[in-house]
Amino acid sequence: MSILDSKIPEGPLADKWTKHKNEINLVNPANKRNIDIIVVGTGLAGGSAAATLAELGYNVKTFCYQDSPRRAHSIAAQGGINAAKNYQGDGDSVYRLFYDTVKGGDYRSREANVHRLAEVSTNIIDQCVAQGVPFAREYGGLLDNRSFGGVLVSRTFYAKGQTGQQLLLGAYSAMNRQINRGKIKSHTRHEMLDIVKIDGKARGIIARNLVTGEIERHSAHAVVLASGGYGNLFYLSTYAMGSNVTATWKAHRRGAYFANPCYTQIHPTCIPVSGDHQSKLTLMSESLRNDGRIWVPKRKEDAEAIRAGKLKPTQLAEEERDYYLERRYPAFGNLVPRDVASRAAKERCDAGFGVNKTGEAVYLDFAAAIQRYGTEKAYTSGNSNPTKEEVTKLGTDVVEAKYGNLFQMYEKIVDENPYETPMMIYPAVHYAMGGLWVDYNLQTTIPGCYAAGEANFSDHGANRLGASALMQGLADGYFVLPYTIGDYLSNDILTGKIPTDTPEFDEAENQVKEHIQKLMSGSGTHSVDYYHKKLGKIMWNKCGMSRNEKELKEAIEEITALREDFWKNVKVPGTSDTMNPELEKAGRVADFLELGELFAKDALDRRESCGGHFREESVEPSGEQKGEALRDDENYKYVAAWEYQGVPQKAKLHKEALVFDNIELKTRSYK
Amino acid sequence: MNLTLKIWRQKDAKSKGSMVNYPISGIEDDMSFLEMMDVLNEELINKGEEPVVFDHDCREGICGSCSLQINGQPHGPDRLITACQLHMRSFKDGDTIFIEPFRAKAFPVIKDLMIDRSAFDRIQQAGGYISVNTSGNTVDANAIPIEKENADDSFAAATCIGCGACVAACKNASAMLFTSAKVSQFALLPQGQVEATDRVMAMVNQMDEEGFGNCTNTGACEIECPKGISLENIARMNREYLAASLKG
Repeated sequence: MSILDSKIPEGPLADKWTKHKNEINLVNPANKRNIDIIVVGTGLAGGSAAATLAELGYNVKTFCYQDSPRRAHSIAAQGGINAAKNYQGDGDSVYRLFYDTVKGGDYRSREANVHRLAEVSTNIIDQCVAQGVPFAREYGGLLDNRSFGGVLVSRTFYAKGQTGQQLLLGAYSAMNRQINRGKIKSHTRHEMLDIVKIDGKARGIIARNLVTGEIERHSAHAVVLASGGYGNLFYLSTYAMGSNVTATWKAHRRGAYFANPCYTQIHPTCIPVSGDHQSKLTLMSESLRNDGRIWVPKRKEDAEAIRAGKLKPTQLAEEERDYYLERRYPAFGNLVPRDVASRAAKERCDAGFGVNKTGEAVYLDFAAAIQRYGTEKAYTSGNSNPTKEEVTKLGTDVVEAKYGNLFQMYEKIVDENPYETPMMIYPAVHYAMGGLWVDYNLQTTIPGCYAAGEANFSDHGANRLGASALMQGLADGYFVLPYTIGDYLSNDILTGKIPTDTPEFDEAENQVKEHIQKLMSGSGTHSVDYYHKKLGKIMWNKCGMSRNEKELKEAIEEITALREDFWKNVKVPGTSDTMNPELEKAGRVADFLELGELFAKDALDRRESCGGHFREESVEPSGEQKGEALRDDENYKYVAAWEYQGVPQKAKLHKEALVFDNIELKTRSYK
Repeated sequence: MNLTLKIWRQKDAKSKGSMVNYPISGIEDDMSFLEMMDVLNEELINKGEEPVVFDHDCREGICGSCSLQINGQPHGPDRLITACQLHMRSFKDGDTIFIEPFRAKAFPVIKDLMIDRSAFDRIQQAGGYISVNTSGNTVDANAIPIEKENADDSFAAATCIGCGACVAACKNASAMLFTSAKVSQFALLPQGQVEATDRVMAMVNQMDEEGFGNCTNTGACEIECPKGISLENIARMNREYLAASLKG
């Protein structure tokens, strides 16, 4: 029997959350004034949690490494946010959103958590509108919706291609109101470097002031980690440069279990790598797959000629192109889920059909859409016999109206006109479904330490659907955590202020200082980026879109060796008592070098294919689905929660069995 | 290509800074401006020197961290982009590039090219919000229809990324475009009407307190804004401010 207690409330699925809210303990308003809460990270989850907790009356301290809470990477989310409003009357419901999310996650998430997420999704939209978030509207003045991958209804609310920005600025404005009231103390340019435990409970953090280099002690009655995902483990990703795992990894080292680290989302439509200098990958919204057709040349010679610059894609005739998604998945075609589309692109490129000078890119072609829209537009404008030029012109206008900003972004980066020549795309790391293990109350295995948003593992299973990350971040912060944390804090009304001059704080601060000292005293052979890039290559090649036992074992060995080398030979210039971005990076990469090993171990342990985790050994052996991902519900229908034991590869596995009372487990087929 | 970089180096807020020459070679067209800076920093680290400090994070033009004055222009020569979206193909072999931080009294330098823009946060804290609690008990989102045109204009104002290019572009270092964008976002929505008077007064007062200059309508801010925030917002804020002042 596992020691993990998910604390899922009893009763029918749809009543659990309401019943739970009615039964948990509350803290009276006068007592809330005596309770302090630390929130690490100010993105959608952290920002919304901080604002709400302060509104309730708690004293909140927020921490972010950026110079302002408004710059957290939630700001970069493009597409939208899901909510079961059913404003379109197309049959959406809380149950449907719940069902789509569990199925999309390949049946590796908790039913009760996902149902709660679907329930509160509608409140989020009401709340954001009340805050003044300018969502897209129709001419009648009501909110507009669009559809996203993997679902049959139109439930995505959006603000052009900047939905994340608008939602984050909403949470930031709610925070500002509380900062103005003195209820939130905002610590910007601060990085959490350890969590402090007293009598087994999280009671504070050690943070570094990034401007002065000072090491600071901050105490609280509870600590909320909302520090985002760990995709920068791969070096190249769509994450911000500063996104890191340090806060959650330090908590892991102090006793918080890390769940399903190998579940990482690799998004199929990103701008390909152009060379070794590349620091970051840029996403092209999933919405492009509604109109773009994905292909590579049918003949290898043509692919080679394209790579050598001797042939242009537009010179290839229809029959010389392989629209491989339409070929392999006739039912869903170009709109298969993200994990499937990414693997298919890799398969073609590995087989030698990739384009771009690197051979790691496929085409996303809008020529057919331009012709289709152009013909339609000519017809509706009364031109029954348009010339080819007229059709192209009209069609280009339609495509520009729909995707203009994305096409412009592409042209700026690649320097090619995507209206005239097909876009080149390739998959890139985009999101981490794994994270700190939390119970139904979002509490980690350290009492008093909570994890919200991408930092926890809870809602997306093995694959996240589009427009669900924003929903989860705000659900956790605005509507879940503020309730559940009260239940825990109701025991702390008499505790009084937590002092910071205690042996526990001494010990944690000393550890942090030693760690920094050690980072500064490497032999100075290689820069931090040198190690980060090497780690990224190992992860991408051996723990990426397709994984097997042999390579995962190699990855563990290589990462261990790289970590040793890092600690001996890393070069961190400057000093630790001033602003020193290289030191910040070094600390983050040191943690990635540990997480990477646990990631590979988790991937090795899970000998099934599910969602973003594809094991070459676990594929459909025959029939129509031959070669497709094969889930193993009999042996792997559990959450893998890892307990730190000194070295990542020695981590101890705890299993939380997943129980599906309301949904029947099926094979995801897109044929 | 080979370039000469002239970069502002300043140890900390108290020290005096100066321009330092750095020749750099092997720069490719496909690199972004910040990737070129990465190449320089890698070289400096390998030579045992301290790398150049600059703010950057998302590298896709949305976080607003970029604050580089490149050849005298905020975010460099191209329009409607931030420095991270600027690519080296905008330059040619042999060019000399001047790289400084955004300059304004209200944006003190922290180190090298990194500046302190917390004045912007304080302007927002003074009133850049709607006072509504996150109880989940607000009215249904569709209960108040909003004219599409107003919703679109409100959105356009709300796309400000808070980088400060407007201040850096202004000869008076005025923060009118930044402040007016937030005032406008709410002024255009019915939800924002209730507190409109207090909001504009509080935000403008805070802006003045921070030491930003006055607006003399040169329009440089609009031209350099990477998000194309319109000057109309300043006109709207002036109307709001006048109305609020008359109300007392």
